[in-house]
Amino acid sequence: MRLNLMEAAGLLMVVSLVLAALFAPLIAPHDPVRAVAPTFGNPGPPSAAFPLGTDQLGRDVLSRIIFGARVSLAVGVAAMVVTVAIGVTIGLLAGFFGGSIDFVLMRFTDVMLTLPALLLAMALVAVLRPSLLNILIVIGLVSWTGVARVVRAETLSLAQRDFVVAARTLGAPSGRLIVRHILPNVLPTIVVMGVLGTSGTLLLDAGLSFLGLGVPPPTPSWGRMVEEATTYFRTAPWLALFPGLAIFYAVLAFNLLGYGYLRRRGRSRAPGATI
Amino acid sequence: MSQPVAADVLVRTIQLRKEFPVGTGGLFGRRRLTLKAVDGVTLDIYGGETLGLVGESGSGKSTLGRLLLRLIEPTSGQVFFEGRDLATLSRRRLRQLRRQMQLVFQDPYSSLNPRMKVRAIVAEGIEIHRLARGREKEQRIRDLLDMVGLGPDALDRYPHEFSGGQRQRIGIARALAVNPRFLVLDEPVSALDVSIQAQIINLLQDLQEQLKLTYLFIAHDLRVVRHISQRVAIMYLGKIVELARADEIYSNPRHPYTRVLLSAIPQIHPSMRDERIKPIGETPSAVNPPPGCSFHPRCPYAKDTCKELEPKLTAGLSGHAVACHVFPAP
Repeated sequence: MRLNLMEAAGLLMVVSLVLAALFAPLIAPHDPVRAVAPTFGNPGPPSAAFPLGTDQLGRDVLSRIIFGARVSLAVGVAAMVVTVAIGVTIGLLAGFFGGSIDFVLMRFTDVMLTLPALLLAMALVAVLRPSLLNILIVIGLVSWTGVARVVRAETLSLAQRDFVVAARTLGAPSGRLIVRHILPNVLPTIVVMGVLGTSGTLLLDAGLSFLGLGVPPPTPSWGRMVEEATTYFRTAPWLALFPGLAIFYAVLAFNLLGYGYLRRRGRSRAPGATI
Repeated sequence: MSQPVAADVLVRTIQLRKEFPVGTGGLFGRRRLTLKAVDGVTLDIYGGETLGLVGESGSGKSTLGRLLLRLIEPTSGQVFFEGRDLATLSRRRLRQLRRQMQLVFQDPYSSLNPRMKVRAIVAEGIEIHRLARGREKEQRIRDLLDMVGLGPDALDRYPHEFSGGQRQRIGIARALAVNPRFLVLDEPVSALDVSIQAQIINLLQDLQEQLKLTYLFIAHDLRVVRHISQRVAIMYLGKIVELARADEIYSNPRHPYTRVLLSAIPQIHPSMRDERIKPIGETPSAVNPPPGCSFHPRCPYAKDTCKELEPKLTAGLSGHAVACHVFPAP
């Protein structure tokens, strides 16, 4: 297996994120939640001691970004797992059974698709209270539609394939057909959609944090850092710039990995890309 | 509902019809269009025989095969297996009966799950019907592979590691795993090289003898079915137009369409190359088949009656049945 440039870059970037998250306490030069600069009350500019500056509470921005990778990655990946679980279940059922089951599930999917994800997520989080688990569930609930549509389409075409007909002829019940014959053949698509979708859930999590509906403080999260920096945007733009770049980097990492893989497999468009 | 059946009839169909909806036509889409894939087929298949079913693409022969296995529901008509009407069976009984009838596919590439090893592919039927477990199951899988001419080294490999002919053998082993009595062979050699075709046909013949199997052998040219079939049925636009013993079909073809098919077989000897019969034009659409005999627009012998009256498949004294106004059964 030879990786292309996009995939290699994406993979490298994702690995760097994972390493940063895993070894945050070793890499970060300072404690992310303690005031370490004497500039209390005012953000400090980048310097030799604090390469990305310090925030209004005198905390080191670099350390906070490194620790922020933990929450952002964890939420992004876990939310993607929830998204994929919901989407795959609905897609498989709709595509395999067809008929009225398909109709009901797909019309429901269409309705969900028309609702703006961030707005819906905000409303749900506001009702459910922001906690790590609730955020995962909410992000999953608003972003499964793309996965469901793609999985349904693949299931539809797989169910007609001869090897599925053969298993049916042998008397295989529906559950066995889905689990042993259809799911393993949709799996590669699911993995790609998962990788690409992680950038989406990551962004959604950052958006929610920015709006104050993310993981509660003092856990450092990139979205919240941007939000807190808006007050000082004129005097200390680096405060918003660096966490923003971190979000950009993470989203780009997953997109490069996913699209690079698709390009290598000769598919220019993402399965079910809506944007 | 059971039907009195001669003891040796294994599969019987009565006025079997399958229509597929293909959209709407006419003003404001008021007319529903259907494709008549199988259009009133009445057919007996005797235990232990090989019935060749020949027709060009789109003649409905694959659909007929799938109707016999009840993989698709007929629009109307009945299918009897050993005198039992498949439509009246419960889901569970139908699943049990599925063991008795299996299907071998045309395309050896799409008929095997690319993500399963050969062991799992062949084991599937054994597991579904709980025929054997553990060591006994393993031995059964090895025996099956041996029966189709594959060694035990095939067990842990994936389908893509095999050639077309080998894959077809795996497909046959999978079908045989549940001890079926009736096999629908849906163009089992059409996708293979000519040299491999003969091997697979020989294998199928050996297996038939060993296991007392009954075959419906579907093919799109008469050349292939010649050596394996006792009787041959010719299908055109969803109907059987001629049915006779294999040697009869080749030595004394009656229906003009059968003659067309026969003259399409390339002849090696130049003296046999003359008097080729060519059909006129293309196969008409099965959505809107011509009135009367559906072959009349292409038939060089068509009379006026052929355009109005649909010929019925009628058997002569010898059992040779033809559906033609011009050349009736001998």
